[in-house]
Amino acid sequence: MMKTEYKIIADIIENNSSVLDVGCDDGTLMEFLKTNKNTNIRGIEISKEKVQICIAKGLTVIEGNAEFDLKQFPNDSFDYVVLGQTLQAFVNPELVIRELLRVGKKAVVTIPNFGHWKVRLNLLIKGTMPITNSLPNDWYNTPNIHMCTIKDFVKFSKIIGFKIFKSLALENKNISNINRSNLFFKNLFGELGIFLIEK
Amino acid sequence: MNIKKNIKTLIIEKPLKLDCGQTISNFPLAYETYGTLNKNKDNAILVCHALTGDQFVTGINPITNKDGWWAYAVGPNKSIDTNKYFVICANVIGGCMGSFGPSHENPKTKKIYGTDFPIITINDMVNAQVNLLDFFGIEKLFSVIGGSMGGMQVLQFVSNFPDKARTAIPIACTSNHSAQNIAFNELGRQAIAADHNWLDGNYASKNTVPNKGLSVARMAAHITYLSKKGLQEKFGRKLQERDDLKFGFDADFQIESYLRYQGSVFVDRFDANSYLYITRAMDYFDLVKQFNGNLSNAFKNTKTKFFIISFTSDWLYPTQENKEIVIALNAVNANVGFVEIESDKGHDSFLLDVPDFLKALKNFLDKSFIENHDEN
Repeated sequence: MMKTEYKIIADIIENNSSVLDVGCDDGTLMEFLKTNKNTNIRGIEISKEKVQICIAKGLTVIEGNAEFDLKQFPNDSFDYVVLGQTLQAFVNPELVIRELLRVGKKAVVTIPNFGHWKVRLNLLIKGTMPITNSLPNDWYNTPNIHMCTIKDFVKFSKIIGFKIFKSLALENKNISNINRSNLFFKNLFGELGIFLIEK
Repeated sequence: MNIKKNIKTLIIEKPLKLDCGQTISNFPLAYETYGTLNKNKDNAILVCHALTGDQFVTGINPITNKDGWWAYAVGPNKSIDTNKYFVICANVIGGCMGSFGPSHENPKTKKIYGTDFPIITINDMVNAQVNLLDFFGIEKLFSVIGGSMGGMQVLQFVSNFPDKARTAIPIACTSNHSAQNIAFNELGRQAIAADHNWLDGNYASKNTVPNKGLSVARMAAHITYLSKKGLQEKFGRKLQERDDLKFGFDADFQIESYLRYQGSVFVDRFDANSYLYITRAMDYFDLVKQFNGNLSNAFKNTKTKFFIISFTSDWLYPTQENKEIVIALNAVNANVGFVEIESDKGHDSFLLDVPDFLKALKNFLDKSFIENHDEN
């Protein structure tokens, strides 16, 4: 699933563009974009161990926290800012989205969909906080404090006032477009939502 | 001790206008090199030393007969691999390991300069060192690297010469000295000045040395290079070769004995007036002010790839001050990486065996070197 997500992100990003990967983890996506899309790519990562891995791969990474450290970049510093499956972990996701859109001309945001039927069923049947493959933690030790659904994110775009240029759902390694008419189903069956947004 | 025999010196004929207004020329710059300069002359690394360092980066220092100050990081197969890279290090001007400094003779008066030596700045140090590039025919360094005051020189170097370094690694440093930094340096200078052998800096003419003052200065400074936790773990309240307190002022505690030892060995290799001059240069360093309050302007249009490293327990040049450099670089879209290394060894971490640091340094250099060569 990870690989598929990266390929989708890489497909969205144009060749030779400048990219900031926020929460770049071990730099897998960065490497992929560097070699396949010839991007000028930077990363921000909170974990020292992960930063070390990135350095060993020859990637330019800043140890930092997106919530505090995006503010050091001037407006429109990058063609794209990528935020992969971490929006839900921030104390203030609204601020992070605004910062992404300020720092990048466009942003690619992926979210684990809390509206997926397995998640819903888990809560409905068991009556406990859902634990799934993509959400493996218990409620008391999960880093995910602001879970949302694909539908929530679409709604969020209207509240905050950003444009969604492309919205894709990933389901069993298949990707499909999300539109107004299929939103209900994509929100039920999509494991991951992938959005290309702009202010 | 035959200093001259073991020290390589470049006489810089070209006049150098110092920040204080004076111009110097035909002055010696002592340096050392390690490794071999390749055919393309693109594997050179300029290492800038810290306050009490010198040009003898690694191997055995021929003057002190001890390991070079950065033996952990520099050498064959080490982070700064001398099998691959050609490492150059110069003793800073104002220093006391062969470069033009206050212990030299003033040709006009035929007397040792002492405090008649002109005030030196970090900018002056860098402008003197760049002559070594011309001397070796190096158009562009592969990297310029330094910790602490060495890091300040790195920042000043890339600011002064934006096209002369492919990569730059300022470690555990700052873009300007804080009040606390200045305060500690002033403490050291006053300790020297309070030694009755200092004689307003003219001790050489009276064949004496202000060893006590210099040693106290070193002791105080040494504390700032370590962390509270590191000190506690290493020494705690352990007693020095005794079972109980002696109810006197001898070194009862190991930490006292350790500091006294550090002070006593330091005076054998360092000149008190040089200590005054170099600490002053650090205090005067203010790259922010030099660029009218905007540090970013120091790096405008830079093509250099930066890697900034700080240490968790460094309270002398804390992470926040290092990060300000990262922020300034990001503001001008420079290629900058940054990592804070976990270590309880304090500011001295960069000089010690801190595996995460040495690993990051090695990986950054080796990967950047390959990158450059792929492009060529």
